[in-house]
Amino acid sequence: MNDLILRLAGRFLLPMALAFSLYLLWRGHNEPGGGFVGGLIGAAGFTVYGLPRGRSRLLAALRWPPAGIAGCGLLLALLSGIPGLLSGAPFLTHQWRIWEGGLALGTALVFDMGVYLAVLGSVCAFVSFYLDEGAA
Amino acid sequence: MLLTLLLVSLIGAPVCWWLVRLDSRLSRAAWMIPAGLFLGFSSLAPALLGSGPIEEVRPWIPSLGVALALRLDGLSLLFALLITGIGTFIFLYAGSYLRGDPDISRFFARLTLFMGAMLGATLADDMIVLLVFWEATSLASFLLIGYKPEKAAVRRSAQQGLLVTVAGGLSLLAAVVLLGQAAGTLRISAIIAQAPALAEHPQATWVVALVALGAFAKSAQVPLHAWLPNAMVAPTPVSAFLHSATMVKLGVYLLARLNPVYGDHPLWTWLLLCTGLATMMTAAVLAVRQTDLKRVLAYSTIVSLGTLVMLLGLPHPLAGAALTVYLMVHALYKACLFMVAGIIEHAAGTRDTTRLRGLGRLMPLTAGIAILAGLSMAGLPPFMGFIAKELVYEVSLRGDASWLLVAFALLSNVVMVAVAGVVTLRVFFGPTVTTPRPPHDPAPAMWIGPALLAGSGLLLGLAPSLVGEIITAATRDVGGRIDHAQLSLWHGWTPMLALSGLTLALGLACYACWDRIHRTLMAREVIDSHGPDALYDRSLAALQRLAAWQTERIQSGSLRRYIVTVLSVMGISLSAVLIGTGASTPPSFDGALSLYGLLPALLVLGTLSVLQARNFTAGIVAAGTVGFGVALTFLFNGAPDLAFTQFSVEAVAVVVLLAIAGHMAGHGQDARSPAQRRLDAVVATGFGLLATLILLAVLDTPLDMRLSDFFAGASVPQAHGRNLVNVIIVDFRALDTLGEITVLTLAAIASAAVLAGTTARWRSPQQAPKAGDR
Repeated sequence: MNDLILRLAGRFLLPMALAFSLYLLWRGHNEPGGGFVGGLIGAAGFTVYGLPRGRSRLLAALRWPPAGIAGCGLLLALLSGIPGLLSGAPFLTHQWRIWEGGLALGTALVFDMGVYLAVLGSVCAFVSFYLDEGAA
Repeated sequence: MLLTLLLVSLIGAPVCWWLVRLDSRLSRAAWMIPAGLFLGFSSLAPALLGSGPIEEVRPWIPSLGVALALRLDGLSLLFALLITGIGTFIFLYAGSYLRGDPDISRFFARLTLFMGAMLGATLADDMIVLLVFWEATSLASFLLIGYKPEKAAVRRSAQQGLLVTVAGGLSLLAAVVLLGQAAGTLRISAIIAQAPALAEHPQATWVVALVALGAFAKSAQVPLHAWLPNAMVAPTPVSAFLHSATMVKLGVYLLARLNPVYGDHPLWTWLLLCTGLATMMTAAVLAVRQTDLKRVLAYSTIVSLGTLVMLLGLPHPLAGAALTVYLMVHALYKACLFMVAGIIEHAAGTRDTTRLRGLGRLMPLTAGIAILAGLSMAGLPPFMGFIAKELVYEVSLRGDASWLLVAFALLSNVVMVAVAGVVTLRVFFGPTVTTPRPPHDPAPAMWIGPALLAGSGLLLGLAPSLVGEIITAATRDVGGRIDHAQLSLWHGWTPMLALSGLTLALGLACYACWDRIHRTLMAREVIDSHGPDALYDRSLAALQRLAAWQTERIQSGSLRRYIVTVLSVMGISLSAVLIGTGASTPPSFDGALSLYGLLPALLVLGTLSVLQARNFTAGIVAAGTVGFGVALTFLFNGAPDLAFTQFSVEAVAVVVLLAIAGHMAGHGQDARSPAQRRLDAVVATGFGLLATLILLAVLDTPLDMRLSDFFAGASVPQAHGRNLVNVIIVDFRALDTLGEITVLTLAAIASAAVLAGTTARWRSPQQAPKAGDR
């Protein structure tokens, strides 16, 4: 599937998809979006990038092994539950810090980042096995 | 305090591993862990014997009524002291026995882990806690039997022990669930408190049967005993500790624990009595067939375990006393004799009884220790074994059908005397023969433990009042009674004394004819070909055949057939429910002419084009349009999150499927026969119709807004988010999400494992898979 159009599109689509997916992740708590759909869109970007270039280029673009990315996501989601545990509440009770002006940041975002990485890593791991080997 | 002691042992395992790895000489100091625990439990003894059981309860899973409840009463204390006391000598012995072994750190870690699990099981006052530690001892036993996994026989023995005891654990789990339902609590002390009512509960029969099965598997009762002699491939310290003194008694412990509840249940008495007697007899016969020192001892252990189970089946109050005394004596002399067997193997290079004679002159110290323990085993005065044997005879004489019980007890004790003779007299006396290695007495670390254990058998025989209080307390917990007068060597001229004399005479006769009986029994090859061990192999093979057969049936490898099966099963069960709930009103077609009304038409068109597609590429694209149409429907109906996700899933799916389609040989031409196509059409149409009917039925029921209202109200104040879907995913139901992403990641890893093999074949053009059904 060494298609020139796909090749060129992938080069532009990947950064755009990644930026958009991060934007979705950030705003997910209040507007449509979130870690799950963000991770999927990021993975879609990598898929389009990897399809004409092959497996090794996809893995190179990811930098870390996709299963490792997914594992990091799981770990992040798991860790986000610890602060709640430490403050005496049940596991995964999210802790918040609210600034003036209404910005609220909490461990929920860490959890969502975990979801994002788990989805991104899993889908990329899966996709990578269906790609041609490609030039190293 | 109890929890601290338990944690010391459990944390001791990794610490031990690390320290011994650092310097293997530290293994010679590992005995300090059990010794410290022994002192800890001893220090608790006065308080316990004075003012009753010590309890410690910590919440664990309160929503299920499970608590980390520990309780030290007489029976637990007896076990805890045996585990840690014998453990001290075993650790000391093992440090010397395994000197220079490269895996010694792993050995000590496992041994410490086992000790913690064993302590946990005997201290547990909650059925679930007991079960967890029960299984942990099975696992530790597996790891210890398989300590040197290079040999196939070792792997088989480890697996056999694990499979049998863990299957028993499953049975116990079922019993715990039933018992918990019947009693309304999982606390063992609370269960015992409502004893009479529980024995009359309608489910009592099931509980008794399941508990007994679990305990029989653990305590090697016939016909589940074959794993125990096979476990003798483990290093000798393991055989002495797990497979004679402690772990195999865990089944007896559980039965003893529940004896106050079910002691009078007819099934309980019947089952325990029959199994105990059958075990005593079978193992007594099989013991004479053995030539391996350790296997002879293993079968005599099974005889003892059978005796203990038999005693629990006798409702007489003195049976409890006989049980505790016998249990204690057996642990002392059997651990000692196993360690002696290990010393002999170490020194002489073999443990084949036919090749060992006259070792006494070369290793006098070992001979002395072995004879002390052997005399206790044979039940001669003034050893404590004598008291235990007298008590067993006394209980047997007082039961119903006493002549039968006495005959069985007599026969098993005769074999015990003969076995004691074989492992002591035969090996150490007589003419010296050449052994693979020149025998010599071992280093002090190896004989101190056996010497103290053998000596304690003599000391406690002379002064049984030393342990009088703990035996009285333990007997009370088993549901029996004993007064100190019964715990003495001399009871006057009683029938029991006559029986003891007869036992000794017959035992010596049996010892004298040992070789002849041995040859006669060896000639019976049917025991090898149809015994329980052969049955175990056969049932394992049968299980594998069954698995292969059903895999071939169910896992046809044809995706088409899988989908037809899944849809048919789902369709039939769903229509059964639908018919049960009644008909629904016909749909309304208001708004069909609006802009949104175009969407369903688009979906129908997409579906039709999927059906018309000539090849996979066209089909995938057409299926993609259906997916995007569904996403649009979500978007227009106020579910932007769902729509978003659906769009992305659809996009990734189309791209990935197209990538796969490129790999398929024949470019995915439809290879179904017309008959197959017709069947597919029927299943698909039927399922589609059913889904439509279900949706209409759903629309008929009024919408329950309680959850939606709760989330809408709680979302901003409690979770600081306005996007309900996301707030539910990351906050209110975060634990579910954590589970889901775990599954997702595992699925990715598992598919990677599967695909790594498959795609390698795809990439080499010579071996392209066949197009069509698969």
